[in-house]
Amino acid sequence: MITALGASGATAAPGFLSPTGVEIAFVLVGIATLGAALVTVTTRQLVHAALWLIVALGGLAVEYLLLTAEFIAWVQVLIYVGSVVVLLLFGLMLTRAPIGRSPDADSENRLPALAVAVASAGALVWVVVDAFRTTWIDLDGPAQGSTKATGSFLFRNWVLPFEALSVLLLAALVGAIVLSRKGRAAAPVDGTPAAAPEREDKR
Amino acid sequence: MHLAYPAVLAALLFCTGLYGVLARRNAILVLMSVELMLNAVNLNLVAFDVWLRDRLHSGQALTLFTIAVAAAEIGIGLAIVLAVYRNRGSSAVDRLRDTAETDEAETVPAGDDEDDDPADTARPEDQATAAAGKAKKAEATP
Repeated sequence: MITALGASGATAAPGFLSPTGVEIAFVLVGIATLGAALVTVTTRQLVHAALWLIVALGGLAVEYLLLTAEFIAWVQVLIYVGSVVVLLLFGLMLTRAPIGRSPDADSENRLPALAVAVASAGALVWVVVDAFRTTWIDLDGPAQGSTKATGSFLFRNWVLPFEALSVLLLAALVGAIVLSRKGRAAAPVDGTPAAAPEREDKR
Repeated sequence: MHLAYPAVLAALLFCTGLYGVLARRNAILVLMSVELMLNAVNLNLVAFDVWLRDRLHSGQALTLFTIAVAAAEIGIGLAIVLAVYRNRGSSAVDRLRDTAETDEAETVPAGDDEDDDPADTARPEDQATAAAGKAKKAEATP
């Protein structure tokens, strides 16, 4: 990027007033993603929050595609939209979340939370814009995140973390099973024997 | 593409998730907000990886690892939330005050009981779960 800029000089630096098609698409999808995220954290209907989270995560997958990270985009669709949101919906159903509007979805510290979020958003956006005002991503050339490139760098340079991550996933699986099964001592006194099998079916 | 666009979007998404973590009451909604924050970091990693053209592609590899760790986190987190719900009959994070140290923090804030009453009367097994959880909360942890 730096060498490309140096080679082509000042003519390679486009301005804010002449956005490319990729930039326009990125901004439009970004606005939709941010709106879905805002609805996710502010809606009072719990199941709707999970469904708006699908929109936000899918929008992020489109942003990855626009940044030429194709493999990560499809991994995002598969894992987040496909499994994480379904797990969250399972959790909402198993904890008997109220269907419809629930007045106590937000706790009392809403206003301090809003103040903290707005302050950190202002600080972060100011710093980021100030730091990367004159920086451009060069999206030309072969896609840097295609499946071929991803497999190449993942299994050439990142094999050991990849294997360690598989061990971590196995540990998380075992831990989730141990946590979500009903203890033998607590089973007779818990009072909900009918609800036990559906909880264990989840895993 | 201007680098400020993905960076600003990631910052705004992170702060949206921060608001959700701080303001939500249901533990599963808090987990959703944590997912939003993790995704904002992922967008930053991908954008800066594409910008820097790293030969090792550290950003994209870290993004894949973050996605896997987030999947593990959501599994463990939901298992914990289900265990807490089974023992206490509630998944509201501000009602779980057993480890609070001050006296006024141990009292449940006013208004929560009225909120819980319709659910309890509508479903008798909920009440049974809550009562059994409150009675046995010291020893019910498997």
